[in-house]
This record gives sequence, C-alpha cells and structure tokens, in this order.
Amino acid sequence: MLTIKNLHVSIDDNGNGKEILRGINLNVKAGEVHAIMGPNASGKSTLAQVLAGREGYQVTAGSVRYLGQDLLAMTPEQRACEGIFLAFQYPVEIPGVSNALFLKTALNAMRKQHGLPELDAMDFLSLVRERMKRVGMDEALLSRAVNEGFSGGEKKRNEILQLTVLEPRLAILDETDSGLDIDALKLVADGVNDMRSPERSIVLVTHYQRLLDYIVPDVVHVLSQGCIVKSGDANLARELERHGYSRVETENTAKQVA
Amino acid sequence: MEVQLQSWQNMKLAQVPHMLAGHAMPWVLAARRSAFERFAAHCFPTRREEEWKYTDVSIIGRRSSLAPDHIPPDPSSEAKLLAWTLASESLYLMVFVNGHYAPGLSMTDDLPAGVRMASLANILENGADLPESYFDPQHEHTIFAALNNAFATDGMVLDLSPGTVLKAPIYLLYIASGHGVAIYPRNIVVAGEDAQATVIEHYMGTLDAHNFTNAVTQISLSAHAEIEHCKLLQEGPAATHVAGIHAEQASDSHFISHSFALGGRLARNDITAQLLGKSCHCTMNGLYLLNERQHLDHHTRIDHLAPECISREYYRGILDGESHGVFNGKVVVHPGANKTDAHQANHNLLLSRQAEVDTKPQLEIFADDVKCTHGATVGQLDDDSLFYLRSRGIDAELARSVLIYGFTNDIIGRVNMPELRTRIEHLVLERLPQGDQIKELL
Repeated sequence: MLTIKNLHVSIDDNGNGKEILRGINLNVKAGEVHAIMGPNASGKSTLAQVLAGREGYQVTAGSVRYLGQDLLAMTPEQRACEGIFLAFQYPVEIPGVSNALFLKTALNAMRKQHGLPELDAMDFLSLVRERMKRVGMDEALLSRAVNEGFSGGEKKRNEILQLTVLEPRLAILDETDSGLDIDALKLVADGVNDMRSPERSIVLVTHYQRLLDYIVPDVVHVLSQGCIVKSGDANLARELERHGYSRVETENTAKQVA
Repeated sequence: MEVQLQSWQNMKLAQVPHMLAGHAMPWVLAARRSAFERFAAHCFPTRREEEWKYTDVSIIGRRSSLAPDHIPPDPSSEAKLLAWTLASESLYLMVFVNGHYAPGLSMTDDLPAGVRMASLANILENGADLPESYFDPQHEHTIFAALNNAFATDGMVLDLSPGTVLKAPIYLLYIASGHGVAIYPRNIVVAGEDAQATVIEHYMGTLDAHNFTNAVTQISLSAHAEIEHCKLLQEGPAATHVAGIHAEQASDSHFISHSFALGGRLARNDITAQLLGKSCHCTMNGLYLLNERQHLDHHTRIDHLAPECISREYYRGILDGESHGVFNGKVVVHPGANKTDAHQANHNLLLSRQAEVDTKPQLEIFADDVKCTHGATVGQLDDDSLFYLRSRGIDAELARSVLIYGFTNDIIGRVNMPELRTRIEHLVLERLPQGDQIKELL
C-alpha cells in the first residue's frame, strides 16, 4: 500500500536547509498496523506531515509510492480523496465552522470525487450520530465550532470521529494517545481497532508503549535522528518500554561503527 | 471644488427645496434652505479633515448632478422580484424607488394598534405634525447630513407608542434604478417606553446604476425600549453611498445596530449612539466584504453620557482585490458616566496583497471606575487551518471559502432573527467561490 524509499526531508532553518528525515525506508502492506516510535525530535511528526502533504518541507531525495501512485506529486486534498487520513497531533480550531458542516463538507467532497451521490442531511446525521456513539462523543459537539473550546481528550476523539466517518485506506495517527486519560485511551483504541480490516492500513506514531497495549501492531519501527534504526514485532515496543530509546540508539551507533 | 460648486448653482440646486415634499410648510422650507446653505458653505469634505483622512469623496463632487429626481422610474425586474418575495413573507415592507415610496410594491397592512408607519413625503405633504427638531443642525453629524436635510425626498417615519411590541420586522427596501440618480432617504424611528421593533434597511442597485445615495436614519429610544436595526448595503458596483444612522437612548433602552456592507464602489457609514440615560445597552456589529476597487468606511461613535451603560462593538472585514476598508470606532466616556463597561473589537482578513485596511479603535475616557477594552487585528487566512481542511479532502478554494464563512459567522450569528440571519448568510455566501456549495451543506 505504502512504500517509502530513501526519503530525505529538510526544513528551512533561517535560510539553511536542516535535514529532519535522513533516508527513511518503510513498506506498509494492506491490512497491517505499523507503529513508529522514537524519542522527541526524531522526525516522527515530520514523516506524518509529509505523508499528508503539509507544505513547508523540502523532499531532497527519495520517493513515496501509495497504491502505485507518486504520493509526493499529489495535493493534500487529492491524497485525502485517495484514502489517506492524518489524525493530527494538535487538531486545529476553526472558529465559526461547526463540526457538522466540517464533516459534511469533507465527506461529500470525497464522495463527489468518487462519483458517489452526496449524502442528504438526514442520512448524514444518522451516520454521524452512530459514529459519535461509537467513539463516546457527546452529540452536542456536532453543533460547536470545530475543536474550539474542546478539551484535549475531546479534540483527539474528534480526530477519531473523522477517521470513522471518512473511512480511509491508510490512517496515520500522530500521537493520538498523548494527553488522554486511560478511559479516553481505551475508547480511542476501540475506535481504531474497529477500523482494522484487510483493506486498511494503520500507521501509529507514538512516544509510548501504552497505546500499543490496546492496539497491537504487526510491525514496530524505532525512529531516531531521522532514520529507522530498528524494526521488529510487537515485542520490540515492550523492550523499548523496559530499556528506553537510548539502548537502541547505542546499539545502532555501535553497529554503524562496526 | 469651488468650480464644481459653481456648476451646481448653475443648475439652481438652491432651488431644489422649493420642489420637494413639505415646501408649502414655511418651517420645512426654511430648514431645508438653511441646511443647503450650510452644505454650500462647507462643501464636500477633503482628506485634510481628520474624519475623512482615509476616504476621498471627490468622485461624488465630480457628479453631473446632485439634485434628486422627481419621478421614479420603473424598477428592474430583479428588484421587483425581491420586493414580491419579501411581500410574501411575514414582515412589513416599504419599497422606495430612487428615494420615492412605491406603495404598489409595499406591504403595510395589518399593523398592530400603537404603530404608525408612514412615508415621510406623505406626512410632509399633508402638513401633518413632525417634530422640527429632526431637521435641526445639531443632528448633522457630517456635512452630508446637511445635504440630506436640504434634499431628503422620502423615507419611513415609524412611531411606536409605549409598550408596543412589533413581532414582525419592518423591511425597508431602497432600489436604485437608472443612470446617475441622486437619492436622499430619511428615516425616523421613535420608540416609546418599552416598545420593541426590528428595522431592516436594504439598499440595492443594478450593475449600471451610477447612483449617489445619501441617507440618514434617526432612531430615538425611550426608557426600556429595544430597537434592532440592520443595514444591508448591496448597492451596484458603480454606486456611491454615504449614510448616517444615529440613535439616542434613554435609560435602560437597548439599541442593536448591524451593518453588513457588500456592495457599492465607495461607501461611508457613520453610525452613532448617544447613551443619555442610565443602564443603557448599545451593540454595534458590522461586517464588510470587499473586492476589486471597492472602498468602504465605517465611522462609529458611542457617547457614554450616563452611568452604568454597556456598549459592545464587533466589526469584521474581509478584503480582496485592491479594495480598501476603513474602521474608525470611537468610544467616549464623558464625565459622570461612571461604571461604564465598553468593549470594541475590529478584526480584518486580507486576501490579497493589494487590499488595504485602516483600523483605528479609539477610547476617550473622562470618568472613573470604568471598564473599557479594545482591540484590532489585521491578518491572513491561517495556513494550519487551510491544511487541516485540505487534509480532509476539501479542495483549496472551497477550504478558503469555508474559513472565510467561519470568520463572518461571528458577526452574522449576532443577528437575532433567524430568517434575517439566513438571508444575510446567503448574501455573504453568494460572494464566496463555491459559496453555493456551502449553502447546500448548511
């Protein structure tokens, strides 16, 4: 589904290019759940943003293929219509635009793109109500402005609501677990687990092992200083939890030196 | 400027008051003639005057005529259609074509007891009573108001006796039709104690109408009265428009003003409120949506003259093309107006590099124990918000329109009547790319 080859990405740092990603290789097959773990500033969020099409990053080398297409040549809205979804680490507040209008505009934009008829108000409402129940969200949040005045947990749940309504092929969750208490974390995890299917892939970007107790990944990658330094199965995450990132980083440095 | 003044005199502008409604009443004629003399003595303001620093009205001075026309033409079919649509809704409708009341297009049946609603021209022609004070020079907040005093042709006079609550709104539709007309509406609203009403002033013009509209609306609120006034400026792209809306508030009264400015080539609104009695509420809201070479200036002034009054002002602007917006909001807290609570905010979105806005919130405080705040911002559409919408499959153009719609919602949402809110929302959406799509989704 997603093949990243030797991806190098820089940002502009006072006129100088600062390299954030330094040769990422990643292959995500349909139906797989991958977790990308790593310490602060390792480049996890940059990878998520680049995949969603955020401007301001320069891809200096490498390629990203998604369902056989050149992902980097597509606009953010094209990527979304082709089934890529990013759950934001910091969901954006949009004053004056209700959550209902936002969701309906997004859903109908995608349906239109796929030649499907737009959903009318009734069908939309029954769909959204059902999905809100599933992620444990108060219906009152539908008429409120997008994320405005939402608590941290409500914002994250709102991302998962969008995920369940838009039903993407590839979902990238950027630290969706941060700032959630244990009950909210379980609800979010249930929402994501419900979405697991042989046609859908999920990439979880996270700091902590905690989320992976509830969403068990097929593959775990450790990202450090812009490179994937280690990959393994779910046990790798537990190992990291016990020993911290420094051990993996040290191992890697030792390997490079050797 | 003097040369131009000369040329109006050639057209005997000074004689115009002799042909207008009320000329048979000596006080009316005298008031009009002295108002014209005041105008002729001062002439049009120039940018050297502080209050006109950002607004150049010389294109009005270059017009071939300032005299109002005598016989109104047939309005455009578009305007008629709007009048008929409005007439079918539950509201009281007065239509004015080029400044003259058109009873055939209006709907004023079934007014409740305690409400007198009439055309100013009819009142003046019938010699009915009208307070002379309404033509007093002290009400001339700008020199254009003097010209309006001299040339006012028609308008609505609304008298609400104490305790009258008018549930359905009064809709005043001003249609500009034909080439180069000068239009001078004058509206007077007198609300008795505890009276309540909503008044909408909607100005619309056709694409080709090079009209000059100079309107004045005076609103007087007795104790505990509540008036919601909503102005919709939708003049044609070649029109010039200058207007004053002036409220005087007795104790515990509530005045709400909305100004939605969408049309016109050059427009200036002077909106003022004098809080004369204790514990008044005054709210002024405004939204301007400009593009191409439109120029729009809002000058507002709230005078806190009594204690414990609350004033709130929310203005927002969206400027595209080479448009120019001006917001000058002055709040004056006079001596003795203790415990005043005033807040003022003006936020602007610039959508193009050539668009320009001058914003100047002003507070002048001469009293103690007051709570006054103000703020102004000028910015662009937020990149993070745009990306958020685009990452959900919404194309860039629609995403921008959704964000602009959200920005306007803060002001539109302050209109109390749901039907009016929807009408304004639609007018705004019609101006946005893919706005019809948002309209369908709402």
